[in-house]
Amino acid sequence: MSDYNFAYLDEQTKRMIRRAILKGLAIPGHQVPFASREMPMPYGWGTGGVQVSAAILTPEDTLKVIDQGADDTTNAVSIRRFFQKTAGVAVTEATAQASVIQTRHRIPEADLRADQILVYQVPIPEPLRFLEPSEVETRKMHALEDYGLMHVKLYEDISQHGDIATAYAYPVKVEGRYVMDPSPIPKFDNPKLEMAGIQLFGAGREQRIYAIPPYTRVVSLDFDDYPFQPTKADHACDLCGAQNSYLDELIVDDDGGRVFMCSDTDYCSTRRKQGHVGAQGLPYAEGAT
Amino acid sequence: MQAHILEGGFADQPIEASHAFRAVMTAMARPGEILAVNGAQPPAPLSPAAGAVVLTLCDPETPIFLAASHDTPQLREWIGFHTGAPFVAAQDAMFALGTWGALPLATFPRGTAQFPDRSATVIVECDALSNSGATLRGPGIKRETQLSLPEVAAFQDNAARFPLGLDFIFTSGAHLAALSRTTKVF
Repeated sequence: MSDYNFAYLDEQTKRMIRRAILKGLAIPGHQVPFASREMPMPYGWGTGGVQVSAAILTPEDTLKVIDQGADDTTNAVSIRRFFQKTAGVAVTEATAQASVIQTRHRIPEADLRADQILVYQVPIPEPLRFLEPSEVETRKMHALEDYGLMHVKLYEDISQHGDIATAYAYPVKVEGRYVMDPSPIPKFDNPKLEMAGIQLFGAGREQRIYAIPPYTRVVSLDFDDYPFQPTKADHACDLCGAQNSYLDELIVDDDGGRVFMCSDTDYCSTRRKQGHVGAQGLPYAEGAT
Repeated sequence: MQAHILEGGFADQPIEASHAFRAVMTAMARPGEILAVNGAQPPAPLSPAAGAVVLTLCDPETPIFLAASHDTPQLREWIGFHTGAPFVAAQDAMFALGTWGALPLATFPRGTAQFPDRSATVIVECDALSNSGATLRGPGIKRETQLSLPEVAAFQDNAARFPLGLDFIFTSGAHLAALSRTTKVF
């Protein structure tokens, strides 16, 4: 721990990131440029989220890191270890015990409290990027609040697929002004973007930070006749039996056998410990996985 | 330069700055919430809370404007030594520091249409902070809350210019609160 400055980054870098976070909170949904640093992990592995976490962590924090809802995947484990080593913070897999949660592509199933902070890893922060490749143009579009192109995209979804086919990174309008990419979370998670905790978004390669303060209005874009619908696999979790959690589908044998299970591993194991058992699950046993 | 100019900074900068920033961030995310910050002992007339904010956010990259109420040689030396921030006129400021009456609000940068984040953050030194007086609504506030603001009209005008605008940090003694440009004031 003493070999590193607290939370790895130098103090001037942290001040620069902290100023960007404050402006991000003051202008919800607006992408604030920041001078992203080289981190000891490749771009695309959460360098934006890691820099935001490094700038906000205090020694008393308890950190949880999830990757697509799971605490035990490579990305989550390595980032958790990174902060254990460089910041000496406590870590946890339990959502309720965490004060800072860094996430890749999910919002935990359990409602976050006002004292919890959610940090998103963001690959492409610009919601209009795949419609307009020029940053000069997209910045102009945000300035002019010109989001017609995004509605055309959703309309084309409907004309081609009969429905809004966008299933993740579903665009939202924040506090009636900025259209924002909520990072590639499933649209099932979009309603949870209005929460009691602070949400911070960091895109390392693209050098942008943005934020949503608590209780901010976040509306998923839609049409009157095609209202926004959060979707999930039409199934219950096979391990814990949860009806209303977001599910991963796993192929488990060569005969096409499949299992649906909660993508939020902490939510699933908490339910199993409480005695819930799904169709293919075994009752929870201490020490078993 | 006198010896005491060198004192009064954070004793353990990474740790104390992390605590101070958590307080500032929470305040900016939840307008109206009053939080304690400590660790800084700046020379008068700067309050310990405002001193901690300056130490946490300011460095050679952030031009500061000192209002007449706070433009003392001693304070310039203290901020200069501990942060290295340059002192500038109001129209070039990224941070501004002073009492409410001494701050030329109309002059500070409010950002541009494409970069509304390039706007000044105004640190307002207050005699006291309490959850009474003006009513606040907006992002970060569950329903509504109260904060002892120095006036109402200036903040209504500021909110009307959203997404351009100024963001405010109010400091008094060891406490601070904040108000962003999104907050509606009644």
